Amino acid sequence: MSETREKDGTIDQGSGARTTGRFERAGDAERAPRQPRAARRPRIPDWALPWISIVAVLALFEFISRAEIISSRNFPPVTDMLSTLWDELGTSQLWEAIGQTLQGWALGLGIAAALAIPLGIVIGSSGLLYRSVRVIVEFLRPIPSVALIPLAILIYGTGLQSKVFLAAFAAFWVLLVQTLYGVQDVDPVATDTARSFGLSRTQRLFRVTLPSAIPYIATGIRMASTVALILAVTAELVIGSAGLGRSINIARSGGNVELMYALIIVTGMLGWLLNDVFARVERRVLHWHPSQRSSKELAAA
Amino acid sequence: MTKRTKLLGLGLEILVPLAAVGVLAIWTSQQDSYYYPPLGDVLSTFNDTWLFERVGSDLIPSLERMAVGFVIAVVAGVSFGLLLGRSRRARIAATPIIEFLRAIPPPALLPFAILVMGVGSGMKIFIIAVVCVWPVLLNTIDGASSLDLTLEDTTRAYSISKRDRLLRVVLPAAGPQIFAGIRLAVSLALILMVISEMVASTNGIGYFILQSQRTFAISEMWSGILLLGILGYALNMVFVMIERRVLRWHRGAHASVLS
Amino acid sequence: MLRVDHLKKTYGEGDAAVEAIGDLSFEVGENEFVCVVGPSGCGKTTLLKCMSGLLPPTAGTVELHGTRIDGPPEKMALVFQEYSRSLFPWMTVRQNVAFPLRRKKLDKARARELVENAVESVDLTGFLDRYPWELSGGMQQRVAIARALAYQPEILLMDEPFASVDAQTRADLEDLILAVRREYGVTVVFVTHDIDESVYLGDRIMVLTPSPTAVQQALDVDLPQPRDQVETKELPEFARLRAHVYRSIKRRQGAAEPEMAEATGGG
Repeated sequence: MSETREKDGTIDQGSGARTTGRFERAGDAERAPRQPRAARRPRIPDWALPWISIVAVLALFEFISRAEIISSRNFPPVTDMLSTLWDELGTSQLWEAIGQTLQGWALGLGIAAALAIPLGIVIGSSGLLYRSVRVIVEFLRPIPSVALIPLAILIYGTGLQSKVFLAAFAAFWVLLVQTLYGVQDVDPVATDTARSFGLSRTQRLFRVTLPSAIPYIATGIRMASTVALILAVTAELVIGSAGLGRSINIARSGGNVELMYALIIVTGMLGWLLNDVFARVERRVLHWHPSQRSSKELAAA
Repeated sequence: MTKRTKLLGLGLEILVPLAAVGVLAIWTSQQDSYYYPPLGDVLSTFNDTWLFERVGSDLIPSLERMAVGFVIAVVAGVSFGLLLGRSRRARIAATPIIEFLRAIPPPALLPFAILVMGVGSGMKIFIIAVVCVWPVLLNTIDGASSLDLTLEDTTRAYSISKRDRLLRVVLPAAGPQIFAGIRLAVSLALILMVISEMVASTNGIGYFILQSQRTFAISEMWSGILLLGILGYALNMVFVMIERRVLRWHRGAHASVLS
Repeated sequence: MLRVDHLKKTYGEGDAAVEAIGDLSFEVGENEFVCVVGPSGCGKTTLLKCMSGLLPPTAGTVELHGTRIDGPPEKMALVFQEYSRSLFPWMTVRQNVAFPLRRKKLDKARARELVENAVESVDLTGFLDRYPWELSGGMQQRVAIARALAYQPEILLMDEPFASVDAQTRADLEDLILAVRREYGVTVVFVTHDIDESVYLGDRIMVLTPSPTAVQQALDVDLPQPRDQVETKELPEFARLRAHVYRSIKRRQGAAEPEMAEATGGG
């Protein structure tokens, strides 16, 4: 989330920050000059701050539970949650559930990518095609995929297929739109240059358009991954397909509250892990691209 | 682009969608499929159900819950986001916690919400607020912490008061980012409204759709899906309109910078 | 009025330390127009930031009317080079100019009067309700100047304010600032890298050395007032001063050269 700060002091005005909105960080109230910097050495080093706050938050939750501010029946002490989590890690059920969730997520994401990326490229490269299809996309896109849950149950039942259908449907739109943006955002100067060098349409597609669209697609895959996971867990929760979502629900309805929380934490970690992996990949892919990333995500969100 | 191509494009833009709808109508009425009733039937069921039979019993409660949860999320997200955005160290401290909490797939939190808040409207408002706050919060933090250095210097040089600085400099400057977060929050709110109603409710659009499926009222089910599509589209339109108005200055400034 | 005393500013620490300003001392008298010139990278902007209280010095002091500056003083206003980034894009011209006045708790009529007078001084009266992005670069900088003027400062610090506009607009803005100085009676400290500009505008010129910066030389500018873009620049004295400043900047520290009509910092 944070970028490197400039060293304390001025930014050379003549260097010219890029005009597409990359601003230096200035959100630090400590820059008010009251004392020479040396005397204001922070007592707690920056790296320690997150750990301290994590411990503080956990301690707070522990206290809230033990002191029954929220009934410990509904909100067990953190230590109990964590110990249950630890125990669960040794069982096969947990890992099975994780595997089932991942399976649905992967299949959904994979299918969506296999459909949306090529489709996006083809539609995006043809002005006429794009215009024909645009209105349809704009209408279908805002349909919340969760609206199709009953349809999925109807057609595919309550198993893996429903899950994959829902995850794929949701991920498809995200990825399609991002790919369309990416293909259309090609610098026209670049395509003109390519054309003047006599490159054919397919050559231009592969040499100019695609490389320039890849960062968008990378962003799209990350966004689609998040969405696919959400829908997979939703399917497990609402429809009852096998996976973490269903396990969480069963734990709750069975009164095994510590387990419910433990599973929620596991699901959170899974979500965080997947997001982290894709975010790293995305960052690497974006690295060399004349970075206008922030404005693109805004447009695509 | 020649005039001919332009005209062709415009023509396609209008005709293709219309043709698609036509094809859909014909195909569904030919098919006689159980899952896909004729388009005409669905539309007439839609008319009977949602104009205006079930508006009071299902549509309004759904919208109310969504609205309240959403507003809470936005107010909380922007307020905390502004505060966190101004203090680098608070940001560093809070980031891992926020990043983890927001990574939890929202449906996983639904059982938690049910456990703690029961199965009423309160639970739905709770889950919507708790889930939608994160994109708003994170985007506000991002916007509030990346104030242009020259603007920052100007604000300090003229000894602008803290209150003015927060409300009249940081908040507007973060506007575009905040709106991006709010856009995400809108779509999340809709999703959560639907699934919370599917899982634990006695009324609402989500409840209605699932019930229709269970009682094999397929046309009704489709009418509900259609309604959600319209709702999603309408919310998006409203959002874009509001954003366009509030962020007029941003588009103008951006456009002139890029030209 | 304004006094800089053995100012020193170092960035970073230890091996990575960069001494932007070494030992800088000079004074600015009431109603003077002092131009600060120097080679690129000699810390002119740093100097201005220390003088305005935006940056704490590593050593030395800056005093305004005998009081030490440790934060932006009320009687001082700043104009930055990057005008497009110093005006608030979500505010109209009127709101931008009026914004710093909120602190002063004036009654509405008075504030309005100040704003409109300032905007009139920079010839932008018809644009009060426009947004900055609707204006050209030169006009935006004029808004920034109007904002500074409405603030009613005693001293105006300007950091290469006309560096980012085209030559003709720059000439207009130079004359504007001279007119405004006459009308409002403000003291001006004007940082620039443009030698012609410094001679044209200044009553006195401070030539800075390359980093670590100190005052290389201080010159009195003995050209007649009011200045004129054509007539003043035709005077032989103008050419002489200009050449002198140019050589002074090009000369490395320490080399001695017989000078004519030179005065050291003071007054």
